[in-house]
Amino acid sequence: MTRVYLPTPLRSYTGEEATVTADGDTVAEVLADLDRRYPGIRFRIIDEQDRIRRHIKIFVNGHDVTDLAPGLSDGDELTIICAISGG
Amino acid sequence: MTAKPRTRKKPSTRAALRTAKVNAKAKTKAKASAPKALAVLIGTRKGAWILRTRDRKSFALHGPHFFGHIVNHLVSDPRDPRRLVAAVKTGHLGPTVFRSPDFGETWKEAARPPAFAKAEEGQDGRAVGHVFWLTPGHPSQPRVWWAGASPHGLFRSDDEGGTWSGVSGFNDHPERPKWSGPDKDGPPDGATTHSILIDPRDPRRMYLGLSGGGFFTSDDAGGGWRPLNKGCAMDFMPEELKNQEWGHDPHCVSLHPLMPDRLYQQNHCGIYRMDRPNDVWVRIGDNMPRTVGDIGFPMTLHPRDPDVAWVFPMDGGTVWPRTSPQGKPSVYGTRNAGKSWQRLDNGLPREQAWYTVKRQCMAADDGDPVGLYFGTTSGAVWNSRDEGQSWQNIAADLPHIYSVTVARP
Repeated sequence: MTRVYLPTPLRSYTGEEATVTADGDTVAEVLADLDRRYPGIRFRIIDEQDRIRRHIKIFVNGHDVTDLAPGLSDGDELTIICAISGG
Repeated sequence: MTAKPRTRKKPSTRAALRTAKVNAKAKTKAKASAPKALAVLIGTRKGAWILRTRDRKSFALHGPHFFGHIVNHLVSDPRDPRRLVAAVKTGHLGPTVFRSPDFGETWKEAARPPAFAKAEEGQDGRAVGHVFWLTPGHPSQPRVWWAGASPHGLFRSDDEGGTWSGVSGFNDHPERPKWSGPDKDGPPDGATTHSILIDPRDPRRMYLGLSGGGFFTSDDAGGGWRPLNKGCAMDFMPEELKNQEWGHDPHCVSLHPLMPDRLYQQNHCGIYRMDRPNDVWVRIGDNMPRTVGDIGFPMTLHPRDPDVAWVFPMDGGTVWPRTSPQGKPSVYGTRNAGKSWQRLDNGLPREQAWYTVKRQCMAADDGDPVGLYFGTTSGAVWNSRDEGQSWQNIAADLPHIYSVTVARP
């Protein structure tokens, strides 16, 4: 079970919950499970070529990842953030 | 796709025009009734708003919907006007589509938004940046919708916008990269597929515009496409490429619903009209005043008279500022298919008003006389209830406006 921290723009999918859980042994599997629990959330952060979208960053236990391949262990934390920009 | 081919002999353009005008008069006569509810749907860079009215004099502003989201297009379904479809994204999150069955009371996200096919391993696949354009399908296909994307892509939904599939006949067309160049060659806000038009006589006959790339038609519901750009200028191209059949920049193209062989186009290089089957664009913008020019984005048609159209000229000189020429905004209208144009600025600011009106941001209603609406990138909405003869400001302080459409909820 991975704890997933979500930025405010994604919380409309989780009933405004900032932290949720999802299952999987890789980032890809966790995001797939997240999408099963909260339909539509994955496509807002991962494009149709399985690339992390341009203004999105994903961290595993504080280390950023650039694709969906890294493995995860029970208790890991996955954090999704939006680039600090706006206007 | 199940529509039967047309068997009736096609009337001449002139005969079609006569018929359209007779129909127009009949419809006008039938219209002397109590005012109907009308809504102006406004998509902006920070959400969507709806202006409601019965008399087209006083408007009540409702919203925001999707507050903070970029709403590129918000469209009511003419086959069931309570149904709305919205093209939505945010600055950070990927693109999606929302649908409302009850005119914005509730919204539901598409289960499968428009997305390109996954590329094969090792290939650099394409990704939808945003959904730019929405077109309801033919009346005989009440659940069909079409979407145009940035970068260029055409998508179809057969379930009222719930799930979307790429139209391979366009997205995978071997000549599409040649028509528009690679995705990086698009305009600063991205290449856009727009002006998706369906011939009301035959759902298989379609059109779409590529900025840039040109204007294209299909006779088989999107299975195959061919360019339809003859006569259209490409001032921006190298001399040796100016006469090729693709690469143009059609900013907005409209088809007249009562005379579907008549198309009007506001192009990067002028205003044009085409009367098919004579598939050559005629530059009717040459009849605009020289000091104003014939560059702009929207192209809006009278719903009943195929000779009447409106444009919103903007400065296309130097670095293409795309603001009202000399800071004096005006709609221009023609009532004779482009032979002459009338300046329509009564009520608009007289000076120092540098309006930009994007291609989805001018619309006509079905009233008599026709009402017109346009929205600016500075967040103002203006309306005319007398076909452009006078204008009033009906919203002043909205965010940057991306689309203005009209509905009869």
